[in-house]
Amino acid sequence: MEEHLVDWSRAQFALTAMYHWIFVPLTLGLGFIVAIMETIYVKTNSEFWKKTTKFWMTLFAINFAIGVATGIIMEFEFGTNWANYSWFVGDIFGAPLAIEGILAFFMESTFFAVMFFGWEKVEKKFHLLSTWLVAIGSNLSALWILVANGWMQYPVGMEFNPDTVRNEMMNFWDVILSPVAVSKFLHTIGSGYVMASLFVVGISAWYLLKGREVIFAKKSMIIGATFGLITSLFLILTGDESAHQVALKQPVKLAAMEGLYDGKESAGIVALGILNDKKTLTNDEETYKFEVEIPYALSLLGYHDTTAYVPGLKDLVYGNSTRGIISAQEKIDKGKLAIKALEEYKEAKKANDMVKATEARAILDTNMKYFGYGYLQSLEDIVPPVATTFYAFHIMVTLGGWFTFLFALVLYLSIKKDISDYRLLLKGAVWSIPLGYVAGEAGWVVAEVGRQPWAIQDLMPVGIAATKIATTNVMISFFMFATLFTILLIAEIKIMTKQIKIGPEGGH
Amino acid sequence: MQNSCIVLTYVHNKGLKLVNMRNIFEFYIDGFRNMKVGKTLWKIIIIKLAVILLFLNIFIHDKSIKSEYKTDEAKSNFVYENLKGK
Repeated sequence: MEEHLVDWSRAQFALTAMYHWIFVPLTLGLGFIVAIMETIYVKTNSEFWKKTTKFWMTLFAINFAIGVATGIIMEFEFGTNWANYSWFVGDIFGAPLAIEGILAFFMESTFFAVMFFGWEKVEKKFHLLSTWLVAIGSNLSALWILVANGWMQYPVGMEFNPDTVRNEMMNFWDVILSPVAVSKFLHTIGSGYVMASLFVVGISAWYLLKGREVIFAKKSMIIGATFGLITSLFLILTGDESAHQVALKQPVKLAAMEGLYDGKESAGIVALGILNDKKTLTNDEETYKFEVEIPYALSLLGYHDTTAYVPGLKDLVYGNSTRGIISAQEKIDKGKLAIKALEEYKEAKKANDMVKATEARAILDTNMKYFGYGYLQSLEDIVPPVATTFYAFHIMVTLGGWFTFLFALVLYLSIKKDISDYRLLLKGAVWSIPLGYVAGEAGWVVAEVGRQPWAIQDLMPVGIAATKIATTNVMISFFMFATLFTILLIAEIKIMTKQIKIGPEGGH
Repeated sequence: MQNSCIVLTYVHNKGLKLVNMRNIFEFYIDGFRNMKVGKTLWKIIIIKLAVILLFLNIFIHDKSIKSEYKTDEAKSNFVYENLKGK
């Protein structure tokens, strides 16, 4: 496949996915914050909380309306740019996406109408139930798509059928309860909750800086910071589990996240560092120009054992027999055997030679685990872009730490002091809104760039997943999507800003 | 006699009841009529869907594995040809 075309298809998918992710996290988290506020309203019967709920609900609706259907473009792209991939994954990808469409989307949209049109028309408790169901429905939508993504990172619960040239689901529960899918789902929705909390705290801080809607802003801030602090702690726990799963299932990604070229026991995490761009797998240059390391932390994070051996990129590429790590070359050889066996199987079936077909099938099944390696040109192809993965990971973790600290401080000052007096902190809270988006996108960069060259881990590299189509078409659609999404983003920011300036008296 | 369609639905203060579809229809009509910022949002949704579903689908995403190969056998042959001997 032409490398230029693959890179454009890759860039196009990355662009649409990253823009889609601008809209999603706020929907995931703000739905619950609104539901919490409405619960307080129903409990207290206070008009203040009704007005507060309606204000944040309006911002939720703006984000929801502008973000809705931005994910559809990715589904088009599976069929056009990634035809080999979309056929090869079979019903494993299709089933969760279908469930998302039928169950979660309809649940969300039905109760969405009650939530917005039902004030004064349905009973308070039924309205509250609708608000909670919208929040739960949004998160259920995320569950199915993240299960599909989790399967791409760690394919389980299926069997490759050489007759149809696609994977067939053998066990639905293995797919949905895969530890990678579960930790990915929890960590991703957790990041959405933190993003929504930053949004509520940041906008409330803006009101306080302007001296407007003071009571409304302070009370919203307490809700946002409490939800943010709890979900930040949840995010740390799920992040720990995600890293553990990466260590077990995608060790190359873990090594790239830390720029770890040589494996070691009791490995530390670089808390702060700059990579040496001259460093390669084959030279002895220093890995970092500068680094501050937390000892034992990587062994602890990856394997929950401070003395554990963490394989480096060199171990994973060239193998390390003393540690029982096989080289990429061995995997490539097995992959080539699998591809050859597939061809022999198809030829034997065509010739109606069942003996030969059975033999070829046995070789294919034995080596299928390494099928994708057969397409790699060199051993080093298994290494993702180290600098991108490393910096994205460190940006995400550093910002995550800042957000936890921010929520704790805002909550403390909101309860114990007058937070309006802390203007620098309020400004920091406002600026933390865009930082929340940066952290979320960085997280996806770690997850997706860090698993290159794979479209499906070990089974299909991106170059093979892509369809041979005209590069010009992909380039044109890339710029069209960029334009469309940028217009949508500008529209969202403008409408949202206008509504925030109007304040809680605005209504839907 | 008025023509009507009766459905089981939730009614304020009365729980689940059989009600006229017309009431549900009016619920939506009334909701749309009284929207403020919602009217702008609906315009954006309609324009966006038109761009995505019509324009892009017709002119950009006109050829996909589904449109080019009608049977499962044809699709699997196409993918097999791409997978073998690369």
